[in-house]
Amino acid sequence: MADQTLDASGLNCPLPILRTKKALKDMTTGQILEVTATDPGSVKDMESFCNQTGHELVSSNEEGGKYTFEIKCK
Amino acid sequence: MDDKKIAIIATKGTLDWAYPPFILASTAAALGYEAQIFFTFYGLQMIRKDLSNLKVSPLGNPGMPMPMPVPVLMQALPGMESFVTSMMKKKMKDKGVASLEQLRELCLEADVSMVACQMTVDLFEFDTSEFIDGVEYGGAAAFFEFAGESDICLYI
Repeated sequence: MADQTLDASGLNCPLPILRTKKALKDMTTGQILEVTATDPGSVKDMESFCNQTGHELVSSNEEGGKYTFEIKCK
Repeated sequence: MDDKKIAIIATKGTLDWAYPPFILASTAAALGYEAQIFFTFYGLQMIRKDLSNLKVSPLGNPGMPMPMPVPVLMQALPGMESFVTSMMKKKMKDKGVASLEQLRELCLEADVSMVACQMTVDLFEFDTSEFIDGVEYGGAAAFFEFAGESDICLYI
């Protein structure tokens, strides 16, 4: 489903969103980036990141301490 | 597109104080802000090529969480500062916190403007070859040009 994946596990603020931003920079409109992270702060960070940059947070899930986000490139 | 601006004045030169400017600037840049950090006084330590001299000390820092209480007189002993610094660096590494070099690199990649205060560079007689590339030199007035238009202005 995802056009690109980014594993940000083990990374803490602000690395997950910084890496996300970098990955999205090289993607085209409509493409989906799947990000996995272990930082609980990343949930709110991803939301805020998408709100402020215009990328769409398609989904945000948590399973056993691992957070998965799907972001659609604007 | 009206980019929001964030201006940060970085005045401290210890390991713990060096993190906030780089974290805030890189995050702001990730969120689409135009960011500028003005390094002055001890903040100049943060733009040296070699950051290994950035230390942290529990001395005079009662707010620092320590694994066990250490009497102040002991904190002043030779080697304690280096010991506490390496303990903190190790903790940061274990917890996946980015290193200062990494964060600074991210800032530069994100086009965060870095300005060193000419006056304090002269004051402390710093050799500018010790600083990283990409740093501009300016004074307070130059900083105000950006800060005056900023949406967020922080003194760290």
